[in-house]
Amino acid sequence: MRALQIRRSVARLGVARVVSGLSTSGAARLGPLEYRTIDPPELPGPGWQRVHTRLAGICGSDLSLVEGHASSYFEDWVSFPFVPGHEVVGTLDDGTRVVLEPVLGHCARGFAAPFADAAPGDGDDYAHLVTSGDSMSLETGIQTGFCTSTGGGWSPQFVAHESQLHRLPDAMPDEQAVLIEPLAGGIHAALKTLGHAQRARESGAIPIIAVLGAGTMGLAAIAGLNRYVPGARIVVGARYAHQRSLAVELGAEIAVAPEELSRAVRRLSGGHLVGDALSSGAHAAIDAVGTSASIDDCLRMTRPRGRVVLLGMPADVTMNLTGLWHRETELVGAYTYGTERLADGRDVRGFALAIETAAAISAERLLSATYRLSDHISALRHAAEAGRRGGVKVAFDLREPSRPSLDQGDN
Amino acid sequence: MPRPGFVLDVDRSTPPTLFWHGERFRLERLPADRSRIVYPPEPLPAIEHLDHAIVQSLLNPIDSDPLPARLFAGMKLTIAFDDASLSLPKMRRPDTRQRLIEAVLDMAAAAGVDDVHIIAALGLHRRMHDYELRHVLGDRVFDAFAPRGQLYQHDAEDPDGLTVIGTTDHGEVLEINRRAAHSDLVVYLNVNQSPMDGGWKSITTGLASYRCLSHHHNPETLQNTRSLVDRHRSALHKSVWRMGEVLRNDGPPIFQIETSLNTDTFPSRFGFLSKREWEWTARDRAMYTATAATLERTPTRLARRIFHGIEAPYRTTSVQSGDTDAVHEITLEHVYRQQVVHVEGQTDILTMGIPFICPYNPESIMNPILVMCMGLGYLFNMYRNKPLVREGGVIIMTHPTYREFHPVHHPSYIDFFEEVLSDTTDPVLMSQRWERKYAEDEWYRHLYRTGNAYHGVHPFYAWYWGAHGQQHAGRVIIVGGDPPTVRRLGFTPASSMQDAFEIATDVVGSSPSITHLHVPSMLVADVS
Repeated sequence: MRALQIRRSVARLGVARVVSGLSTSGAARLGPLEYRTIDPPELPGPGWQRVHTRLAGICGSDLSLVEGHASSYFEDWVSFPFVPGHEVVGTLDDGTRVVLEPVLGHCARGFAAPFADAAPGDGDDYAHLVTSGDSMSLETGIQTGFCTSTGGGWSPQFVAHESQLHRLPDAMPDEQAVLIEPLAGGIHAALKTLGHAQRARESGAIPIIAVLGAGTMGLAAIAGLNRYVPGARIVVGARYAHQRSLAVELGAEIAVAPEELSRAVRRLSGGHLVGDALSSGAHAAIDAVGTSASIDDCLRMTRPRGRVVLLGMPADVTMNLTGLWHRETELVGAYTYGTERLADGRDVRGFALAIETAAAISAERLLSATYRLSDHISALRHAAEAGRRGGVKVAFDLREPSRPSLDQGDN
Repeated sequence: MPRPGFVLDVDRSTPPTLFWHGERFRLERLPADRSRIVYPPEPLPAIEHLDHAIVQSLLNPIDSDPLPARLFAGMKLTIAFDDASLSLPKMRRPDTRQRLIEAVLDMAAAAGVDDVHIIAALGLHRRMHDYELRHVLGDRVFDAFAPRGQLYQHDAEDPDGLTVIGTTDHGEVLEINRRAAHSDLVVYLNVNQSPMDGGWKSITTGLASYRCLSHHHNPETLQNTRSLVDRHRSALHKSVWRMGEVLRNDGPPIFQIETSLNTDTFPSRFGFLSKREWEWTARDRAMYTATAATLERTPTRLARRIFHGIEAPYRTTSVQSGDTDAVHEITLEHVYRQQVVHVEGQTDILTMGIPFICPYNPESIMNPILVMCMGLGYLFNMYRNKPLVREGGVIIMTHPTYREFHPVHHPSYIDFFEEVLSDTTDPVLMSQRWERKYAEDEWYRHLYRTGNAYHGVHPFYAWYWGAHGQQHAGRVIIVGGDPPTVRRLGFTPASSMQDAFEIATDVVGSSPSITHLHVPSMLVADVS
């Protein structure tokens, strides 16, 4: 089958890193990504099924791989060559339509779950990600889309364990379902602010949550905050006008340009602006960008003893942490979803929340364009420029060619 | 003999006209046979021996006992003075206020007055820097009074520093500086650069609280102020004069000193700015070319520093003291004599170059809100009888209108631009939705009281200042401004004057009349 595959090549990674500064399409042509013929993956063991891709999204982490900017941290947590694509809606051999929860958890690897009804992302030991049980034949990989054994969504078919599969309601269109995975990530980040929001409310304050960045993940976090962090006043810094409009539609009270965010937070929270930092600020902030500057901005606009959630995947960052030390700020990551605790104390699977959120917000409006796999150069360029081009999410469409796509992009 | 103001009808031989463009200049050719240029009068002769004239005025005041007769040992004497918003640009040392205060202090010393406080009448303006106080009052006064805490700046937010004098029959509360309110005599030193200033406005704005100022600094009042330089047709001045009545009846005794300036605005190296273009000499043309070329290559920050470093060679044309009303009427005569230009009829399009400075950015940045304030507030309002531009006409301003703010002087302006102007440019709506929040913001209050920031509400006042012009004009166009910033102001950006004229045709037709206001120097257009 024809698929997009990333192979380990130091030279190609280096070229991609250099070329990506000029052009994502150049990095896609010359970098580690190849459009080639490969064999479909074997089923690694019991409980595994073959999934036929319908739509597969392009994520920021995929782009960083294609452009050679992915953190070297992951070199030991993935296995090459692999087919990217972890935001996937597809069908099983029997025609059942499913959405993929891509984390390769304990069950998928033949180990006992850390607790009953655990989600793939749960647990506090990641050893299972680099090995597998006796009944499985599975290489290292944190998720489908980063593991050579499973394949990924950027191909006509891949394999997935039943612990990763969620059946979709018939009424849910593919275009909505392909946003479930990023929504789950955004909801996870949103819920990481819940404790601070609840403490604010207990003290009689209205919680203020700042979100910096309003690409797919930032918007997903806004939707999550709006639905699962009751009473939060959401203030968003977004670069593009359409992102600000979407942020407000999804529940933000205020959406401003990123450089205006700190002052917008101060206007809500009161307090002073001392140099570049707020004396008080948001109870928590979600950084959906993941750069040194964005993390620094979030730290400066979050009140002392507040929390900054890193949703955007940071790589190498350089920053002055004196403010974090002085303000006793919590800096936490929000890699992925698992079992989430809601404000009413219930424990719910993040993917279940994401499925209901996708329907509630008509998530298909975030899907801006789809491309055929063969047109991956245009697709990746569009995804890298989505904000500037008025878009949000770009995906590959592997459905029957007769079926019209939402947008032909640059085709 | 100085020549009066002049209205030039533009024909094909008229050379290009100088427009201010922030810290730069532009030369624009106005359409022949339907354009005219209003030039200010030339500077009137100044008082030859000013110190002597000051003493004579204090000894022979109008409707008042001589100042020495009102001074006595053991009294509380408060001297208040106009802040750094006057004059523009700042005048060469010694500033008129230094000459005035030294004369007053000499008389106070002779009378054995020990309890003297000197207060900068800031209103809600930013506190002056020490170097500005030294410039205005002189080193001798600063060194004698500042270290002892007897020279300080009015604080409109000091809960213990304000006193209610009374209420007007319109329900306006007059609340002023406590020290002034409880003084045996308040001497107020004015620099009356504009007919807008002086009279009862000196104390009822300069020494007032926010509560007091809000009675006349609001959209309704300013939309009904026709105009700011014609106090008898100004709702703002009517409110101020009502407060003056309360002050006269129930406030402290006042000794008002007012002075008028001529229009000698720029030093000789910028002499071309004060001349009519067709009278430029070869030297003027060379100076213009060299200056304009240099400024084009100069970073804005440096150009700003150069311009704010200008010290105007203004000279004083009159000094009068005594009763506030009587003094002010004479002052107005002097100011009008210097500034009035008779203009026949209104125009379809009014053009104006916005300079680097307005009353709210001495030593600072002309931010976008101040561009609006200067154009639609100050320059548009420089008329008597009728505005220069007809109702529904077009106002074209030239200014780079960069999105840049002085973070120390104008902190609430930044939020106003980002938050309020994103919501509305309507003065009435913004006053209802946003003014109180800004007025009561603790951070702004802190910066106003302890730093050098304008009061949190000040950007609203700057915006209200242009409310009449905004309401009157059918469209406002800014040539050469940053387009997104111009749009945020509610105006239309144009890349060139020709584009602006083209855009204006949508509003005023294809062959509109055009009038260019050639300022500064200051002028008052008396439109028949």
